[in-house]
Amino acid sequence: MPTTPDFWTTPLGWFLVHTGQILAVVVWLLLSLAFLLWGDRKVWAGVQMRKGPNVVGPFGLFQSFADFLKFLLKEIVIPAGADKTVFLIAPILTFVLAFAAWAVVPLAPGWVVSPVNPAILYIFAISSMGVYGIIMGGWASNSKYPFLGSLRSAAQMVSYEVSIGFVIITVILLSGTMSLTEITAQQGGWIWNWNVFGGGLKNLPLVVVMVPMAVIFFISALAETNRPPFDLPEAESELVAGYQVEYSSTPYLLFMIGEYANIVLMCSLFTILFFGGWQPGFPTEFMDGWNATLVSFLLFLVFFAKTIFMFFLFAMVKAIVPRYRYDQLMRLGWKIFLPTSLIAVVLVAAYRVYTGHA
Amino acid sequence: MGLQAIAFYLMATVTVLAAFAVVSARNPVHSVLFLITAFFSAAGLFVLLGAEFLAMLLVVVYVGAVAVLFLFVVMMLDVDFKSLRQGFAQYLPFGLIVAGILTLEMIIVAISIATKGAASKVTGPMASLPDVSNAETIGRVLYTTYVYFFQAAGLVLLVAMIGAIVLTLRHKPGVKRQNIAKQNRRGPKTGMVIVDIKPGANTKEGVEGE
Repeated sequence: MPTTPDFWTTPLGWFLVHTGQILAVVVWLLLSLAFLLWGDRKVWAGVQMRKGPNVVGPFGLFQSFADFLKFLLKEIVIPAGADKTVFLIAPILTFVLAFAAWAVVPLAPGWVVSPVNPAILYIFAISSMGVYGIIMGGWASNSKYPFLGSLRSAAQMVSYEVSIGFVIITVILLSGTMSLTEITAQQGGWIWNWNVFGGGLKNLPLVVVMVPMAVIFFISALAETNRPPFDLPEAESELVAGYQVEYSSTPYLLFMIGEYANIVLMCSLFTILFFGGWQPGFPTEFMDGWNATLVSFLLFLVFFAKTIFMFFLFAMVKAIVPRYRYDQLMRLGWKIFLPTSLIAVVLVAAYRVYTGHA
Repeated sequence: MGLQAIAFYLMATVTVLAAFAVVSARNPVHSVLFLITAFFSAAGLFVLLGAEFLAMLLVVVYVGAVAVLFLFVVMMLDVDFKSLRQGFAQYLPFGLIVAGILTLEMIIVAISIATKGAASKVTGPMASLPDVSNAETIGRVLYTTYVYFFQAAGLVLLVAMIGAIVLTLRHKPGVKRQNIAKQNRRGPKTGMVIVDIKPGANTKEGVEGE
């Protein structure tokens, strides 16, 4: 990257490079979110045999931008009994945390803002803080439905974090590293090197463990991001809109963008942990002589395509599966996912210790 | 180095101010939020020390789980703010004594570790091993030298967990409990009875009539 080393290694140059990288990721993410939101609504509409957004721009493609402008121009209403500071900090927190987690996501070879070593732990820490935006929003509204919604989400997100944590631990055990870049790099080569197949032919018996782990991760990710069928914090038939009831205009927009950024983050994490990240599923040695930026860009497209496919799955689940009852949700998290993933951790650890390979 | 100093003073100030706000805030929910801020900036201090694994664990465990439960409980309680603040002057001397004893204990422990404990054998700051990550270093010590302490700590936690469950578990008679397997097995054949009622068979004409 340093074309003129004397400038780009100075503090100012370093600052400019990193700000530029962060901006690039954020702008790319916001633009993708605009179209993913549209895609989400289109998929949902398609399943229900409606047309979905189709007025603004070709195929309604610019619907999200119209919504964006509408949100910005509307008046911010803060309830009289609300705790104003906390009420406004809550959406900002959700938004900031949702984007902060993207700092360690490897988008393509070499394309990562901060390749820190415990990247998975960093993402886990950031996403475990995401629950505060919702709790604070629900409490600060000083109203019954938001409060009920925030209590539900607190219990739900904490419960499912446990099983997500254990699933992540199986992947860490399998690859022996906590760096997302390293985990992606290890899944190179043919498609059976992906972690969902046990990470290589010699580990093929682990496919019995890793496929259920991928499923558990997917479902827990749905619960963690409050997506249907686990959207109990905002269940509109019981709680109107849950923690978001009192929010309007830009604060609501921040909540929504944060929520979708988290969903896409979970999709990309699912891709990286189980489906090879930017690895296309066949050896990439034939690209060795090519321009490095071009290769990175092509592999970035692979990563992006996989992430969009996962997002499509999220959208399909939203359209197809009915909402869980609250006790069913808790039962699934604590009595099924937690023991299953715990057993899987023991199995993968035992496999690594007693077979000696991998 | 200058950048690190700025980061340190920034986070240290935030930690201390937030910790002070925890005890001085009028609203208990605000107190918990300040506590979270203190935890988070303490995690930042850990990162500055190069202990990124500990920092992440601090955020995951304390900020992500423990403080959520605090917040959960504090929000659920209907706290009377006035009565909370009434005994402040009365309890102040006692609180100061407790705080003083704790500080004294911490100082004594720190001194004894520095002179006689593990830190006494280290003459200067240890350079971190080049190819070994933070988590690996901790793991190697935790599962070899200190494995019995580690297991004992786990046992203590297990006992505490079982104790909490035993304290709260009550079997009230007459409470209808859900059996999910039974609910799932229920189908049209077992859950529904089709009765053929002949018109007028079960009515008593004239009883309800005027």
